[in-house]
Amino acid sequence: MSDTRTDESRSGDYGGSGPDSTPALEMEAIRKVYEVADEEVVALDHADLTLAPDEIVALIGPSGSGKTTLCSIAGGILSPTEGKVVVGGKDISGYSSKELTGFRRDSVGFVFQTVNLIPFLTARENLLVVDEIGSRDRKRANERADQLLEELGLEDRAGNLPSQLSGGQKQRVAIGRALMNEPALVLFDEPTSSLDSKLGDQMVRLIREEMKSRGTAAIIVTHDDRITGYADRTVHITDGRLEA
Amino acid sequence: MSLSLKELRRRPGRFGVATVILTLIAILLMFLGGLLDGLTAGNTGAIRAQQADLIVYSSTSQDSLVRSRIEPEQEKQVAAVEGVSGVGELGSVQLGARIDGKGPRDLVPVVLFGYQAASEGLPEPPTRPGEAWADATLKAEGVEQGDTVRVGPARSTIKVLGFVDDTRYAGQSTLWASLRTWRMVQNENRPDARVTPGISQALVVQSSPDASGLAGRIDEATDGFTSSLTESEAIDALPGVAAQESVFNQIIGLTVLIAIIVVALFFALITVERIGLYGVLKALGAGSGRLFAGVLLQAVIVTAIACAIGALAALALDAVVPAGSIPFTATGARLVDSTVFLLVAALIGCAFSLRRVLRVDPAQAIGGGQ
Repeated sequence: MSDTRTDESRSGDYGGSGPDSTPALEMEAIRKVYEVADEEVVALDHADLTLAPDEIVALIGPSGSGKTTLCSIAGGILSPTEGKVVVGGKDISGYSSKELTGFRRDSVGFVFQTVNLIPFLTARENLLVVDEIGSRDRKRANERADQLLEELGLEDRAGNLPSQLSGGQKQRVAIGRALMNEPALVLFDEPTSSLDSKLGDQMVRLIREEMKSRGTAAIIVTHDDRITGYADRTVHITDGRLEA
Repeated sequence: MSLSLKELRRRPGRFGVATVILTLIAILLMFLGGLLDGLTAGNTGAIRAQQADLIVYSSTSQDSLVRSRIEPEQEKQVAAVEGVSGVGELGSVQLGARIDGKGPRDLVPVVLFGYQAASEGLPEPPTRPGEAWADATLKAEGVEQGDTVRVGPARSTIKVLGFVDDTRYAGQSTLWASLRTWRMVQNENRPDARVTPGISQALVVQSSPDASGLAGRIDEATDGFTSSLTESEAIDALPGVAAQESVFNQIIGLTVLIAIIVVALFFALITVERIGLYGVLKALGAGSGRLFAGVLLQAVIVTAIACAIGALAALALDAVVPAGSIPFTATGARLVDSTVFLLVAALIGCAFSLRRVLRVDPAQAIGGGQ
């Protein structure tokens, strides 16, 4: 299950401080075609996207434009039909689904639109889940979880269940979970859609702080134009085609 | 793994229904098994108490003690067969026993055995005529050591010297006397079927080690007059024992099948409820194997709890049931077997959820899965 290449690249390139020249993400000529009822639907068409090691990109587009597909491919959830995907120096284009599972576990972070915390686990345990399904270094995971909770202002909430947390707190727990495995790249799926504008603003500022302080790259998928102010770059996607 | 344990601990209500149903199934299974063991013990105790290597009936008896009759001549032939190290005569008569303190018509069915060979299950035969060891179940009928019971229409008196355990025969209590006492009681009460010295119903044979094929050689030596059975063959030949076992085993099998269905339905439901959660966990990098192992672990724990409660209930029942009332006995082997059956049923039941866990797509955790 374990992928040694992953550990090397993580500690080598992104565990320490200081920028590195290896891009966090390189997507070249990505094409993704779905077969729906004997008809081919092109979700992504020759998409090229490169992210610098600590770059934050806002991905904006109407629903059905292919932004979720792009995110899923960058995060190793889907494989592209054609093209090359390199995340943190690892070419994952040819990975099997088992290899992709290990890749997701060790090298990327996800923050889902519906937050999706595990309801019967406390905030702290929701962070530790990443260790439980992964490397199982209990001591290190405990330290990292405590550190992340503190940075995210959740140290008082560590023992609370998701049902006892506000929307913003849940979102912060989800961010903490995404950062647990020290990823090269974090993918945010509509992180502000369930928050009011003030909280949404705070959230995006927090995302920027967390990413920049770690030198971690991020793609933020959104409908929300306000987010673009906090991103280093905005990429529009329409009908599966990227426009800078 | 610890994720599934935490869920069990923090959301016990979610598993409550399954635990209750599986507990009831475990109790039913262990109760059925205990009844079967109790009935079998009550039917076969007298044979098992012989601890015989072989039991020799006459070949015309259809391997039934009551129909069998062995002549002195055959006994000599059997004893002379190479590999036979000991031969003891065995006789029985089924009668009603009158016990002091009970009404004159309140008869207790007993089987009086005359025997020659002591074993681990039986002490030496009483030496004086009219004396016998009694099966411990007669205590429940009010018989005490030193009491005299009167058996059969002739009201032959039998003095109880003491008690022996687990020697019942055909569901009845037993009295264990010398061959002489047996012949006396038989002749007093069954004058139409008198037995003279040297005549018995069966021979209890001990063999020397490595005496293979002894049964065949004995039957050959008696020119086909005898039918020699191992102890387990003799038990299977007891009327009703094999049929009883087969009926009970079918009911037990059906109960295990129901357990499989309960686990399958219940964990299929739980798995459906968790599809969203599994999608997220898969997106975070959990493999299907790990997720399914969590389902198995939960099913095994729920089943183990159910079995523990069932086993305690069976042991409690065994402790409170007075000897000689319900034929129920809780044996360790039966409780372990029932637990193993149910655990296997739980694993098989869970297997129906495997495909669903495998099919969960991590892509559904992200966006609408376009």
